[in-house]
Amino acid sequence: MNFKTHQEVDTVVESTPENPNYNMTIVKAFAVCAAVYLVVGSLVGDLIAWQLSFPALNFNEYMSFGRLRPLHTNAVIFAFGGCTLMATAFYIVQRTCGVPLWSNKMAWFTFWGWNLIIVAAVISFPMGWTQGKEYAELEWPIDILIAVVWLSYMFNFIMTIVNRKVSHIYVANWFFLGMMIMITYLHVVNSLAIPVTLTHSYSIYSGVHDAMIQWWWGHNAVGFFLTAGFLGIMYYFIPKQADMPIYSYRLSVLHFWALMFGYVWLGAHHLQYTALPDWAGSLGAAVSIAMIIPSWGGAVNGLMTLSGAWNKLRDDYVLRFMVVSLAFYAMSTFEGPVMSLKTVNALSHYTDWTIGHVHSGALGWVAMVSIGALYHLIPRLWNTKIFSVTMVNTHFWIHTIGTVIYICAMWVSGLMQGLMWRATDDYGNLVYTFAETVVAMHPYYVLRSVGGLLVLLGALIMLYNIVMTIKGADQSNADESKPAAAQA
Amino acid sequence: MGLLRVIQNYLGRSIDPQKRREKKSLQEKMEQNVMGLIIMVAIVVSIGGIVEIVPLYYLDSTIEKLSKEEDSIRPYTALEQEGRDVYIREGCYLCHSQMIRPFRDEKERYGHFSLAAESKYDHPFQWGSKRTGPDLARVGGKYSNAWQVQHMRAPRSLVPESVMPNYAFFEENIIDENLTEKKLRALAMVGVPYTEADFAGAAAAVHGKTEMDAIVAYLQVLGTMVNFEKGKDYRE
Repeated sequence: MNFKTHQEVDTVVESTPENPNYNMTIVKAFAVCAAVYLVVGSLVGDLIAWQLSFPALNFNEYMSFGRLRPLHTNAVIFAFGGCTLMATAFYIVQRTCGVPLWSNKMAWFTFWGWNLIIVAAVISFPMGWTQGKEYAELEWPIDILIAVVWLSYMFNFIMTIVNRKVSHIYVANWFFLGMMIMITYLHVVNSLAIPVTLTHSYSIYSGVHDAMIQWWWGHNAVGFFLTAGFLGIMYYFIPKQADMPIYSYRLSVLHFWALMFGYVWLGAHHLQYTALPDWAGSLGAAVSIAMIIPSWGGAVNGLMTLSGAWNKLRDDYVLRFMVVSLAFYAMSTFEGPVMSLKTVNALSHYTDWTIGHVHSGALGWVAMVSIGALYHLIPRLWNTKIFSVTMVNTHFWIHTIGTVIYICAMWVSGLMQGLMWRATDDYGNLVYTFAETVVAMHPYYVLRSVGGLLVLLGALIMLYNIVMTIKGADQSNADESKPAAAQA
Repeated sequence: MGLLRVIQNYLGRSIDPQKRREKKSLQEKMEQNVMGLIIMVAIVVSIGGIVEIVPLYYLDSTIEKLSKEEDSIRPYTALEQEGRDVYIREGCYLCHSQMIRPFRDEKERYGHFSLAAESKYDHPFQWGSKRTGPDLARVGGKYSNAWQVQHMRAPRSLVPESVMPNYAFFEENIIDENLTEKKLRALAMVGVPYTEADFAGAAAAVHGKTEMDAIVAYLQVLGTMVNFEKGKDYRE
């Protein structure tokens, strides 16, 4: 099969010589931050996993599970994920539009603003300053800062597209745009609150309404921040790394619009059988099932891009990260709709199965596609070769094995939990006390912590590899400039 | 296999850019006009949220109608509200749900399933999404105050299997009574029916109380505000 799609024709500009005015320093800064925050986020994540295995590890009030868990989720989603999205979006938009960023000053504002938010989060969660809504825990002054910084990111991105030298907007940029628009909506609506002090406020919504709005936010933080944005990454870096055109332009159009339209409905499936009216939960579940199609559309489009180039997987470790990420994406976007079915949800809800599902998406899909993109970016940004290919390969295996251990442990413990809770004897009495189910989870919690430890180790290896690559590049640049200086 | 080939042909067929530019589809136009694309995306992503959220506000059936005998749902007292703030601060909702589902085992374990009306004054809601520990929607009155205090201090002294952190420091922290009235006023702004008397008595109600007193007061009121009528179906 050797057909040229229109995308290939439209993005020919990419093979034109590098524009020296591209702002790659900002991309470098965000990329390094992403690598650092992956270490931080998985460190906190693994610590809280050990805390569930051995509660004595809740050392003091500032380091208890309840305060560190939001730190973990926010660090991996918004610090690691956010910096990856900002690095890649700024890289892709310049190269696919053939123009430098609209405003460098604004880009640096985004950079320092985003990092300030992360520092504020690192302080406020251990202090217990929280709004008490999952993945939207940050208090109102930080929420306002997030909105401002996010809009600066979006505005700069849009204005760069406005300035573009090519007629068509590349598909990766559609996905980034979709994410930016929806996250603005979600963040602003869900975070509305009445302040009491600088560190305390009450959501303006209550009870059932708050629940629906929170999960409209919660699931779309997944659907847009962690899916649409990372599909944007996929649509640029997979064809680049594989040196192949995107498999199907039509499929990308189809699944883009289906994703934009469909994802928004899914939040209600988090509230099956709760006090949320039945019609809303059922609607959420129905659309969730239909979402298999657009989700797999994206996965198929990415994987089929490699058709005819599968041999590259043999020695291209970066491509391996990307391909396995798509496999995990396909798996977890199948698992999700299944879990939204009422009968399955009755069993899976409130159990570790949910945690396992989230991590198959987060560690398998989001982290792996990001890591692949970072390994692709770093040598190109510093105009050098990666310090150690062996380390990339080690990272690949250690991360994959860690992820698989994590997910399997949570599948088993989740199913066990669900079944033990509902088990009744012949007389209709409950078979297990709650405490007995907690004991039964212990081995799986330990196993999960080990899986998490492997992921953390992998992240450390990547950080070391990146630091050494950058050091080596600076060294060789210095060596090159010396003789030139001597001649002058 | 034939169908697969048809699909493959459709998806993979080359689209001559020249041809596409002659007869512009909507997609084609949007790909060349970023403002058009933004507006279109903004519209498409709004629909789902509007359809699912807006009706919850105007459909009367969203929050159950209760008779006078059944309904003793009231705003939290000043001390209970302070306890609720501690509950949120410590991230209790990350391991404990407050939402009992209409299943036999949950009825056995926790009691009658939760009603939407029971959390109508909860800003924010604390239904939770995970049960690392048991559901707390009807924990009120289940254990004595002394049990709750000891369980907070050292959970494993009462439940050896527990993985809950110790919260002994609650006993050392005195509640800042200067903030209590402000908190109730903020809640009143978002629709919780507190009265002037509540505001006036707020500071006195929490004077000298510890966070331990507050959280126990909160836990002991959870799920106790509805007198369920036996045999009545509260959800159709």
